[in-house]
Amino acid sequence: MCLAVPGRIEQIDGEDPLSRVGKVDFGGVRKEVFMAYVPEARVGDYVIVHAGFAISVLDEEEARLTLEDFRRIAELAGDEATDEVCG
Amino acid sequence: MKYVDEFRQVPQARRWAAALKSSCSRDWTIMEVCGGQTHSIVRFGIDAILPGRIRLLHGPGCPVCVTPVERIDAACAIARQPGVILCSFGDMMRVPGSGGSLFTAKSKGADVRLVYSPMDALRVAEENPDRRVVFFAVGFETTAPANAMTVFRAREKGIGNFSLLSSHVLVPPALRALLSDKDCRVNGFLAAGHVCAVMGYEEYGPIAAGFKVPIVVTGFEPMDLLKGISCCVQLLEQGRPVVENQYARAVRKEGNREARKMIELVFQTVDRNWRGIGVIPASGLDLRPEFRDFDALQVFGQPAALPRQKEECRSGLVLQGRIKPDECPFFASRCTPENPMGATMVSSEGACAAYFRYRPPSA
Ligand code: SF4
Repeated sequence: MCLAVPGRIEQIDGEDPLSRVGKVDFGGVRKEVFMAYVPEARVGDYVIVHAGFAISVLDEEEARLTLEDFRRIAELAGDEATDEVCG
Repeated sequence: MKYVDEFRQVPQARRWAAALKSSCSRDWTIMEVCGGQTHSIVRFGIDAILPGRIRLLHGPGCPVCVTPVERIDAACAIARQPGVILCSFGDMMRVPGSGGSLFTAKSKGADVRLVYSPMDALRVAEENPDRRVVFFAVGFETTAPANAMTVFRAREKGIGNFSLLSSHVLVPPALRALLSDKDCRVNGFLAAGHVCAVMGYEEYGPIAAGFKVPIVVTGFEPMDLLKGISCCVQLLEQGRPVVENQYARAVRKEGNREARKMIELVFQTVDRNWRGIGVIPASGLDLRPEFRDFDALQVFGQPAALPRQKEECRSGLVLQGRIKPDECPFFASRCTPENPMGATMVSSEGACAAYFRYRPPSA
């Protein structure tokens, strides 16, 4: 019941925030997803889905920062300097 | 896949893991709480590439695994009643109760159906007005919003033939229970990212401070896990038992307000028996009295308790991080996914299933 991977919203049907339903693509598998808990979600956003409901919209800026961190740390890892991870 | 592949760069991860060695001045034991994280760790071999001083223990975060036998028995008893359709997540089907599993009940003629969302069960109820439809609601805080909304909608739409058999569990009380055990060896925790996506992480502050353990909110991909582990080690080395969020792309401090509001509206906290672990105070969610018409245990009554056989399965020890799955004497011999002795071998989130799938014994 726990899908760890995010999916991309392809389509959203309905206006009422409580009953909006989206079509979400998980690497080629499309699923119907209820959008009641992500009123801010728009087509093109990536969402985390549990038991048919989107529970979080991925923050693209945070994702970019995390990847930048990874690159920096992996480069530094050669010099054994890994003391700056938290934050 | 976007937001997946870039977080799975194994050579980078290896270099990073190796470099962690210089950060450790002593041995540290870190527990990942969530079954999804356990799977990722075992699948990508994260525990194997870490320096020897960092030990990972697998935690109780598999909802199917901790669902108590009496709720499985109740589900089976309700499923056998005439006119009932019992809907369940697929993972629950083969979990043994005291008188067989839902799968056994189905093979003996009960109408048991697999669904992907509780809303599918509600649809079944709408399509079958002359039947009584029950959804077996297991899960942590991640699944609670879906189940809460389904009950809320059932009441709104007046779908009177739908009810919920709730066996929800909560993470923070389980952490407290583990940490209160005098034999607890855990120095720090990786908190389950998606549980925190719903609930936020403010609840963890008092646990971190009270038990002097750092808690790091962590995602599921290899790089996320390494980041969570590095951060936890760093906090341990600095002697700072605080909560950090290493999964900011999905988790906000306050969690998902809408989802929390709906959980609060529909559910109340109750003591819950965790399979293999025992009763943990205030660690479960059942429907509030206002929703009693949708509570399967009110609709059908509490089924009589069945005589209990002694369980040989060691999943209680596995779920508390006391043994690794391959330390169970039955692992891969008497106990396999085809012939599971316990829920941790059945569930796709169970630690025993993860070891069997990714680390089959070579002999
Ligand atoms: S290997 Fe089987 S018997 Fe042993 S703990 Fe896991 S599920 Fe139980």
